[in-house]
Amino acid sequence: MLLEIKNIETFYTLIYALRGVSLTVEEGTITAILGNNGAGKSTILKTVMGLLDDQPDKGTIEFMGKRIDGKDPEVIVRMGLSYVPEGREVFEELSVRENLLMGAYIRRDRAAIRKDFEQIYGYFPVLREREGQWAGTLSGGEQQMLAIGRALMNRPKLLFLDEPSLGLSPILVKEIFEIIKTINQEGATILLVEQNARMALAISDIGLILENGRFVMKGKSKELIEDKDVQEFYMGMRSEESAKGYQRWKRKKRWR
Amino acid sequence: MFFQLIVSGISFGSLYALVALAMVIIYKTSEVPNFGQGEMSMLSTFVAYTLLVTHGHSFAVSFIGALLFAAILGIFLEFVFLRRAKDPNILSLILITLGFQMILYGLASWKWGADQRDLPFPVSDFDVINLGPAVISYLNIATLLITLILMLLLFVFFKYTKIGVAMKATQQNAMAARINGIRTNRILSITWAMSSAIGAVAGILLAPIATLDPNLMLDPLLKGFAAAVLGGMTTLVGAALGGYMLGVIENLFGGYISLEFKSVVAFGIIVLVLCFKPSGLFAKHYVRKV
Repeated sequence: MLLEIKNIETFYTLIYALRGVSLTVEEGTITAILGNNGAGKSTILKTVMGLLDDQPDKGTIEFMGKRIDGKDPEVIVRMGLSYVPEGREVFEELSVRENLLMGAYIRRDRAAIRKDFEQIYGYFPVLREREGQWAGTLSGGEQQMLAIGRALMNRPKLLFLDEPSLGLSPILVKEIFEIIKTINQEGATILLVEQNARMALAISDIGLILENGRFVMKGKSKELIEDKDVQEFYMGMRSEESAKGYQRWKRKKRWR
Repeated sequence: MFFQLIVSGISFGSLYALVALAMVIIYKTSEVPNFGQGEMSMLSTFVAYTLLVTHGHSFAVSFIGALLFAAILGIFLEFVFLRRAKDPNILSLILITLGFQMILYGLASWKWGADQRDLPFPVSDFDVINLGPAVISYLNIATLLITLILMLLLFVFFKYTKIGVAMKATQQNAMAARINGIRTNRILSITWAMSSAIGAVAGILLAPIATLDPNLMLDPLLKGFAAAVLGGMTTLVGAALGGYMLGVIENLFGGYISLEFKSVVAFGIIVLVLCFKPSGLFAKHYVRKV
């Protein structure tokens, strides 16, 4: 087990954001956390990364058998955990190359870093074209690629992706998810947070559904795609049409 | 006379440029205009004086010692005063810098008194070179050269060293810097050390022209601040250019219009810049797409 979260509770000052969340991530898998706005998806990642001061309030987080709750992000990153934050957060006034270089900040092995540059330019050829440009001048999709590339420069054992599809066109979303799948096949374990349930379930192995700071469902992604509730509430499918052409009743969630 | 005014304007301008650089380096990372900057360099200049005159060390030892002292002082002030502030806003940060400005001022007055002293300097202010219609003293040349070398070093540092790029990264997005493993607290310390040392260079170069007392940096600090505002608080190049521009403008004003009101020029410029181009003349910033 690569990551093991046990019963964490997180507060944003007075807001009770995570109400006892447990989660394990197995090596080599893609795990997807799905949920609506404000369910607490990103909060899980931020809590694990140590970005929230004095959080988690309760519970423990273990990464490769070592406790990491309460540690600073600078320390956690050095243990082999990388994080692609929501909204990319690239360094806007650094060049693309410098951004990637910052991703390798904690590494000393120059030759290997040069090789990783090639690998990332292989995943995202457009970044090579933009190498000398300020990251702030890139389009949203290119910035997302840069953010993922930057996180990979750290050679992570576990990669956190927070809403990689946010604000991207459907074609780009597809492209990015295909690359995420490739990255996983080449050895990195991935924990993905997404609102785009269809795409996330299509590439992930395990899916979890978060509501109001609690997990309400967990299963193999293949099975979740078939699940009626998931289809209705997260993938926007209508199960039945009425005779008049619109639905007059609402489906009840079984997990409540 | 015109040429002479420009030459000495440039030489004074390089001191303003140094102070402006020192302020901008801190402003970019700590996001506060550091009003304690002047007193920090004044104190470091006094340390140079003490090492040099009281203890009789050589110029090299005294000046390097003063720079080291300045660096440690910068780290100390940031660590003890600014880092303690939890979720501060800009106003409280400014108040903190004003607070330690007063502490340092008091400290210097208590230790060295208000006597006016002369800081000896290896290069003379009275030997001059003729440059056609103007003359320039050796000290002015030294000031100019040292400033240019420092700026070149800063440029190389921010462009080509890993720690320099990491510093820029921290300035732009501290959260993103942390998740890449950059120890932002350490970057803050380095920033303050650098800035304080640059300020100390300005103080040591200024002291032989002016007189060394606790008020040494009062005026240059405000001028340096004006220069930084003029050039744009967020760009190093802009701040340096602002310093030179201010030095020249001020000198020309003093020469042709009114010597008494020479000092007012800086503040007139602050007001004008804030009215017409509040981000500064040379601020070249990427504007976030909404």
